[in-house]
Order: sequence, then C-alpha cells, then structure tokens
Amino acid sequence: MTWPEIVLRAVTVLAAFLVLPLLIGQTEHKLMAHMQGRLGPMYAGGFHGWAQLVADGVKFAQKEDILPYAADRRVFRLAPAVALVPYLVALATVPIHPGVAAIDVPASLLLFLAATSVGALGTLMAGWSSGNKYSLLGGLRAAAQLISYELPIVLATASIALAAGSLSLAAITQAWRPLWLLWQLPGALVFLVAAVAELQRPPFDMPVADAELVMGAWTEYSGLRFALFLLAEYAGIVVMSLVFAAMWLGGWHGPLPDTLGWLWTLLKGFAVAVVIIWVRVAWPRLREDHLQRLAWLWLVPLGLAQLFLTGIGVVMGW
Amino acid sequence: MTALDLAFLAASVIAVAGGVLAITTRQVVHAALWLVVSLLGVAGAVLILGAELVALVLLLVYVGAVVVLVLFALMLTRAPIGPDTAHAPGLPRALAAGAVGAAVVTMLLSVLIPLAGGWGATVDRQSADSPRVAREIFTTWVWPFELLSLLLLAALIAALAVSRIQRDAP
Repeated sequence: MTWPEIVLRAVTVLAAFLVLPLLIGQTEHKLMAHMQGRLGPMYAGGFHGWAQLVADGVKFAQKEDILPYAADRRVFRLAPAVALVPYLVALATVPIHPGVAAIDVPASLLLFLAATSVGALGTLMAGWSSGNKYSLLGGLRAAAQLISYELPIVLATASIALAAGSLSLAAITQAWRPLWLLWQLPGALVFLVAAVAELQRPPFDMPVADAELVMGAWTEYSGLRFALFLLAEYAGIVVMSLVFAAMWLGGWHGPLPDTLGWLWTLLKGFAVAVVIIWVRVAWPRLREDHLQRLAWLWLVPLGLAQLFLTGIGVVMGW
Repeated sequence: MTALDLAFLAASVIAVAGGVLAITTRQVVHAALWLVVSLLGVAGAVLILGAELVALVLLLVYVGAVVVLVLFALMLTRAPIGPDTAHAPGLPRALAAGAVGAAVVTMLLSVLIPLAGGWGATVDRQSADSPRVAREIFTTWVWPFELLSLLLLAALIAALAVSRIQRDAP
C-alpha cells in the first residue's frame, strides 16, 4: 500500500465519519416527527430544515465548556475522545464494495468487536469522573448493561463467522447467500437487539434516562464535549447498521450490476438505521431488571442456539 | 534496528510505563485506566509479532470486559475522586514490595532473554493467523485448553452457588 492510498483511505473514512452521523441524525429528527404527527425542524437552511444539525453544531461550539469543581479533570476531559475514536476505527473496518474497505485485515470482525468494546469505556470514565451522583448512577447502569450485552453480540457474530468460515468482514459478505436470511435469522435478531442496547438507545436507555437521571453520564457535559458524545452515539448507529447490513443482509449483493455494490451496502445500512430509529419511537424504556432478564434469559440462550444451529449447518454443508 | 523493532520497542515502552503508572498512582480509578494503556501496549506488541487474533482477543476480553467489570466494582465502592490516602502502604511496605517486584522481573528476564535469543534479538515476525492458532489449540494444546474451560465452568457454577446461598435474616 502506497502513502497516497493510505492518506486517501483515512480521509475518506474521516469524511464518512463526520457526514453519515449527521445524515442519520436528520433522518431521526424527521422520521420521529412524522411518526408522532409533527413536522420536525422546518426552518434552518430553508428546505425542510436540512441544516438543523449544522446549526446545532454551531450552537454547541459557541457554548461554554464547563468543568465541574468536583470532577477528576483529566479523565473528564478525555472521556468524549475515548467514546468517539473507537467508532472511527470500527467504521474503517466496514466493507462497502467487493475489495473496498478502509482497513482490510484478516480478522476485521474481531477488530470491529474490540473497537466497539473499547468505546464503552468512554461512558464509564464520564460517569465516574463527573463527581455527580446522577452521573455515577448512569455510569453504573451503563457498565452493567454493556457487560450483559457484549456476550450476545459476540455469540451472534461468532455464528456468522462460523457460517462463512472466516473472521474477515469482507469474506463474510462475499460468502453470504440468500438462504442465510432464514438460517441466521435468530442470530440477526440477537445482534440487532444487543446492538441497540450497546449503543444505549431507547428502549435500552436506562443509563441515559433523561427523565430520571438527567442524561446519566453526560449530565455535567456541555458545549463541544457533549456534542462529541452525541456524535459518538450516531456514529455508533452508522457502524452497527453498516456491519449488520454487511453480515446479515449480504452487503453488496443485489440485482443491479456489480459496480453498484457500494450503493446496496449503503441502502441496506440506511434501512437498518431507520429500524433502529423506529424502535426508539415504538417502545417505552425498559426497567433495569427487565433489561438484564432480556439479555441473560433470552438473548444469550438464543445466541447459543443459533451457534448450535450454525454448527449443524456447517457440518451438513448448507 | 528495523521499523518492526522500533514499533515493538514503542509498544513495550507504552506497556511497561502504563503498568508502572497503574501500580504507583494514588487514585484507584486511574489505576484501572492505566491498566487499559498497559494492555493496549501489550496488544500492540503481540500484533507486531504477527499474532493478530491473540492481540484482538486480548483487547476484547480484557479492555472490553475485565476493565469494565473493575470500573463497575469501583463505582460501587467509596473510591474518592482525588488521591486515596487511607490506603497508602507506607515506606517499608512499599520498599519490600518493590524489592519483590524487582526480584521477579530479574528472574523472568534471566530466563526469557536467552530464550528470545539474547539482548541483540530482533523482531521475528511469525504469521500466526487465526486458522493456525485454531489448529494449534485443537490439536497440540487441546487438553490444557479443555481443562481450562472446565476450570472456568467450575468457577462460574461456584460463583452462582456462593451468590445463591440463603443467609439467615439478621
């Protein structure tokens, strides 16, 4: 790989990392509004409020960056970066088109899993270092939730890696066949539910719970640092949607000519992101014990059953 | 010195510095976070040696699960923000611990450095890709591997049993 190519890959991923979350955010504004019988943002930028998030960004940049007196300063300042950067690495592993992925390593699936699990540390650092009871409770709930939902994610991805016979996301997408929609369906559901929980999105937003914990770990954050946490959440939606599309929905496989493979990946990823947004509007927040029950009594056994089924399938040569 | 040697040296320095800071810091949560830095260094060193599966699993298990669990446990305690002076070990104990640590490091170095080919050894990158690691685990090392999983299973069930014991109400 030559230097210009490396720079090109890095810049492309960075651009996608900064643009796609805004796109998902605007989609969420509009979709939620229409599902709730509202219009959503209509003024900023003129046409249907397309520039609302840009305006929000400018507002965040102008706000004062408040550092609480009781906070652990260095950890408090570092937390948004720890939450954000791993998703950049995770986004770089996503295969968009046959042979096109910013980081194309043999174990890119593991790289994706490791990166997203490091990202979880940011929330815990923020929760602990704020020196605030609400933040601490938020961090506590986040830690419990992340430990519980890490396991279903690993089980579901292990199943698909077993089916494809590879740990590379690109090879998994290449090996995908339409039968997998049925064969790997339980694993797909487990991953989707666990991914929403890992992102701490409604209905799994007990750690954030704005009505009882005033945003949990983010209570004390303002200005750009708060915006970085929001960006991390939406970048997480982008990453999880694209990886779901690449692994369970066949990524670039589609009826049109092969040169349009990237379009299929993006469209499928966008459809998954819409589902994640839809889930937020459709379900109320889960209680903490229900949340744990769902993970340990439903998702983990289902993931194990899927792994068993995949094992049978691989041996039988489906 | 090749580029690989330099990269390995950098990763090792990060790992050792992170480890030293983790045990010398007076703030217990900082210790957990320095442990993350140290683990990242170790994972980097393993990655440079060519075992990417081991490096990534190290990150996934230790940073993603073990450190999260440590932080979870710390949040349940009264760990203060700022230096924790209540548990300071005092000079004699710190010196004794340092001496023991230095002795262990000396012993390990005296065994491991000749094994790695002396002080002048360079990075010998093996391609330990996932199929090879899997083949090794399930052929040569299958008994230790299965024994370890049995041990973990026993620990899991024991933890469940301990947490389920009915205590008499006070």
